[in-house]
Amino acid sequence: MPEQPPIERPQSDRTQSDRAQSDRAMIEIRNVTRSYGSFKALDDASLTIREGEFFSLLGPSGCGKTTLLRMIAGFDNPTSGSIAVGGQPMEGIPANRRPTNMVFQSYAIFPHLNVEQNVAYGLKRLKLQGGEEKRRVEEALAQVSLTGLGKRLATELSGGQRQRVALARALVMRPKVLLLDEPLSALDKKLREQMQVELRRLQQAVGITFVLVTHDQYEALAMSDRIAVMFGGRIAQVASPKEIYQRPVNRQVADFLGGMNFVKAEIVEENGASLIVDTLGFGRVKTDKPKAFVRNGGAATLGIRPERLRVLWDNATAKFEVAGKVVERHYFGEITHLIVEIPGLEKPLSVTETNDFGADDIPVGTPIRLAYDPEALVAMGD
Amino acid sequence: MRARRFLSGGWLSVYAFLYVVFLYLPVIFLPIFSINTAPTPKFPLTGFTLQWYADLPHTPALLDAAWNSLKVGVSASVLATVLGILAARSITRYRYPGRRTINGLIMAPLVLPEVIVAISMLLVMLQLGLSLSLFTVVLGHVLVCIPYSMTVLTSGFEGFDRSLEEASADLGESAFGTFRRVTLPMVAPAIISSLLVCFTISLDEFIIAFFLTGTEATLPIYIWGQLRFASKLPGVLALGTLLLVASFLLMTIAEILRRRAARRTQNEGGLYA
Repeated sequence: MPEQPPIERPQSDRTQSDRAQSDRAMIEIRNVTRSYGSFKALDDASLTIREGEFFSLLGPSGCGKTTLLRMIAGFDNPTSGSIAVGGQPMEGIPANRRPTNMVFQSYAIFPHLNVEQNVAYGLKRLKLQGGEEKRRVEEALAQVSLTGLGKRLATELSGGQRQRVALARALVMRPKVLLLDEPLSALDKKLREQMQVELRRLQQAVGITFVLVTHDQYEALAMSDRIAVMFGGRIAQVASPKEIYQRPVNRQVADFLGGMNFVKAEIVEENGASLIVDTLGFGRVKTDKPKAFVRNGGAATLGIRPERLRVLWDNATAKFEVAGKVVERHYFGEITHLIVEIPGLEKPLSVTETNDFGADDIPVGTPIRLAYDPEALVAMGD
Repeated sequence: MRARRFLSGGWLSVYAFLYVVFLYLPVIFLPIFSINTAPTPKFPLTGFTLQWYADLPHTPALLDAAWNSLKVGVSASVLATVLGILAARSITRYRYPGRRTINGLIMAPLVLPEVIVAISMLLVMLQLGLSLSLFTVVLGHVLVCIPYSMTVLTSGFEGFDRSLEEASADLGESAFGTFRRVTLPMVAPAIISSLLVCFTISLDEFIIAFFLTGTEATLPIYIWGQLRFASKLPGVLALGTLLLVASFLLMTIAEILRRRAARRTQNEGGLYA
């Protein structure tokens, strides 16, 4: 048997995208504010979305993500600031003359029309010649795997099928930008995960810029080229999913994207791109300095994701390890959450371990050692 | 045990039967006597005839009254429905202070004594210097029809998903095009239903027409006038039967359409999947 070449460990890259993307801007949002009386739904947001990109606006409800999407579509207007799509300023252009199409959260399928008529709705105005309309409708239905269901009424469709009709109805218009307003939130978990994969595949096939609004961090991580995380009308961070997840700019972003252990640190040295800090549990650590790092006295916060801590079994050792004691254990099927108390840390660490080595059998009270990669300890603003 | 259930079930059936008899016995008498040969409505029946019906088209005063009723009914139902559409749209679509009060005020004529409304309207018309005519009757009927029109239309408009209109605009359609291709087809059944309900009410309405008309009679006023002559009674019964059947048919169609409209607007979104 020929010897297999060893699998090379991939170099960490921070762009994640698997395909070449144009660097041309498709949507330019400049200092956009939307006020309702004294309340600012969107506060001085600036953002550039590239051509052919799958971009997500992620945040809790009320963060302004839907407001921003509706302003791109033309259903709402900025109080101040400007939006341009495809290099063309959108000010004063109503929704029906914008090069964008939207998939609504409620799908908004016309109940008095059948599937074909729904998909052809926007084409009717174009007065296409010689069966072109029929051809495009069939093509769009095929893209969303609804071939043969053209004569069905909207009321006879399942939730997933309605979603596909809404998608086909928008895609058939060949927009420059497809806007998706929480399109998967009404579907059950399994269907939602399946549709995530399909949406991503579809976007890569048609090459249209997709802008997705979601409050589900996994959805955003799984589908997007880049994500903008929003809180309280402001954009907190814009980056690739991996960057957002691994290097959140502040505690709020870190928390929103999953579990994170926060560790207090003292800054020992700050030079150029790196920080050297002292922590009680992890000792002295050298870490990358975040881009927008503002020194606030001598204190800093480090974060480490629960899955970046690994249980060291028996006599195994690691270059970097901390020792502590298991105080709680929570079983989740494929993984187990361990809560580990570390002497010196004011809050115990949360550790996620897969169950293939028996983490689900570790008794509470057991002394334990955890391995970590100092690169996984990231500094962030508060 | 079984006996008791049978007994209680039995009594309930008897009660329900008497209930229906009480509601419809007077109505049943009308068609029965309208095909009786005797000119006085009295049991026992003397024989079957359609003569009273056959005589109807040969009564010029009746034809005039029917034509007047048709004119009044069509005008009143169209006006009341147009006004109803505007109000119902505003009430179901927007949220603003005083919305419920306005709704209450629009619905109030429903419970006002009709004779009082009629007298008040008469006073207003005379103050305005309008001479009494079918036009004043139309105005009066619009007033009594609007609450019914509102009830039918709000039930049809309620739950109309605004994103349907946005979706239409998003797909390139103009405001007018959206109204024509989405809004109108969605609410058309409710509008037709409102037209039918208002027409029926106007057709059957007596008191307001009685106070507000000049020399031209509508059908109910014609009937009222005929009651003074005993010999005309069978003709009145025949006419009454026809009105009854027409009203019943119109209301049934209206209700079917109203339900269809309500189903259309409410069966929306992926949340029902």
